[in-house]
Amino acid sequence: MILKQISIFVENKPGRLAEITEIIAESNVDIHALSIADTTNFGILRIIVDNPEDAEKALKAADLTVSITSVISVTVEDKPGGLAGCLRLLADKNIPVEYAYAFVSQTTDKACVVLRIEKDFEAMQVLTEAGYTGLDIQ
Amino acid sequence: MIVNYWQKDIETMKRADIEAIQLAKLKKLVDYCYNNVPFYKKKLDDAKVTADKIKELSDIKYIPYTTKEDIRDNYPYGLFAVPRNKVVRIHASSGTTGKPTVVGYTANDVNLWTDLVSRIVVSAGATQDDVAQVSFGYGLFTGALGLHYGLERIGATVIPASSGNTEKQIMLMEDLGTTTLISTPSYSLYMAEVAKEMGKTKDNFKLRLGLFGSEGCTEEMRDKLEETWGLFVTDNYGMSELTGPGVSGECIYRCGLHIAEDHYIPEIISSKTLDVLDDPSQEGELVFTTLSKEAFPLLRYRTKDISSLDYEPCKCGRTHVRMKKVTARADDMLKIKGVNVFPSQIESILVKMPHISPNYQLVITTKNYMDSIEVRVELTDSSLLEKYSELENLEKTIYNKIKTVLGIDVKITLLQPKSIERTAGKAKRIVDMRDKKTI
Repeated sequence: MILKQISIFVENKPGRLAEITEIIAESNVDIHALSIADTTNFGILRIIVDNPEDAEKALKAADLTVSITSVISVTVEDKPGGLAGCLRLLADKNIPVEYAYAFVSQTTDKACVVLRIEKDFEAMQVLTEAGYTGLDIQ
Repeated sequence: MIVNYWQKDIETMKRADIEAIQLAKLKKLVDYCYNNVPFYKKKLDDAKVTADKIKELSDIKYIPYTTKEDIRDNYPYGLFAVPRNKVVRIHASSGTTGKPTVVGYTANDVNLWTDLVSRIVVSAGATQDDVAQVSFGYGLFTGALGLHYGLERIGATVIPASSGNTEKQIMLMEDLGTTTLISTPSYSLYMAEVAKEMGKTKDNFKLRLGLFGSEGCTEEMRDKLEETWGLFVTDNYGMSELTGPGVSGECIYRCGLHIAEDHYIPEIISSKTLDVLDDPSQEGELVFTTLSKEAFPLLRYRTKDISSLDYEPCKCGRTHVRMKKVTARADDMLKIKGVNVFPSQIESILVKMPHISPNYQLVITTKNYMDSIEVRVELTDSSLLEKYSELENLEKTIYNKIKTVLGIDVKITLLQPKSIERTAGKAKRIVDMRDKKTI
């Protein structure tokens, strides 16, 4: 359920994202989920990959600013209210979510999201007790 | 602290004695230039100045200035005062535009120069027990050979490592037990970066002294270098036109750079009115007259460097005047939206900031007839990636600090580490695109 997420600082200039994904591709690492937030000046790329250690090594070797954090993956029903139910559960327990983004969908009836939560262990307990599962891809 | 001297009698001479030497030498110099350099003959004739007109030191004001353009106009040998067969060495300063500035030395000049450098390295604390690595580029540039000769003369073990091949530099530094490092501030910063990548810390080295020069260095940058390498850093000053390094240097008290006054007369002038400032402790453009050079004498040479002079005797016992550390060149001054900006002001702010590397670049562009500065810095702290707002705060903090100090808006651009070019020589901190079309 708990996965390692890689955050990469991205300069805002044409081709940066292509270069970064190429570095990941060359280290033979598969990207399962990604999110990119940007302003006019820079962006932060966040990715979930199958082999975070190799990806981190390759990115650092290319002089990129990289950090690794724990995030939670949760599988929800791919239907109206699927995600809302899970988030309500956390909200009621007073567990704030910093940010969230979705995995590339593999099936039609299930969806998987990445949640960044400071109190990740507590969140995991709440979600597991309620019957939620996560992905185990690393 | 132990204070050492190279030529104690001269370095601690009474002011009246220094001035007596200067006046006698100045009179001779005017004659010498008049008789040996047609360019000066004409200039002095036009200004109606002869040696007889120099009755006291302040009469130097009657002598016309010499500028870098004069040297260029007389390229290559026009300002030489001796026949070419008396010249034993040529140096040249990097001409950023067109021809370089060529200077020459007689055997006596080289000998004198060597003593001048010995003076500044001894006053900085170097001794014959030191292993000195000269990581300036050897060549036409005076820095490397100047320091090399001066350090050798005091009996130090000199390693002429030159610049570049940084990993080998670091290996030599560790294996040979280098105690004194000579380089530009920016190159030593780069060496520290490479050393870190090689898994070395300051404990791997025996460094104790850093003689950094040839480019301006703010006190903040100096502190950073001391902390990074664990050494004591002094600044020294010189330029090839005036001989090279050795014109002035800091003593261990670091309260200004002692000028070798028995060989140079410094003045502070207003770059605007070209008058000598009544109070030399005020900042202005530094002007030098060389008193002892044979091959390439200079009368009132305008350095374009901004400094001031302090005639109070120093705690170290030296009586020679101290010039304020040059952190700004008149040429470097940028006018942005009508505000005078010295890149060193921005450097002082950036070097103290956490989360970014001390490497930076200022890019100046014009858009719709308005100048703007972009400050490029490298983000090194990956912990800030967790929250987007932290990166934005970092940008805002740098922006606000610069705004407070300079009163202008700058654009802050965060770059990834090592995206700003590293050089083994003088760092290229300013990219002025104002003459070019900007998109």
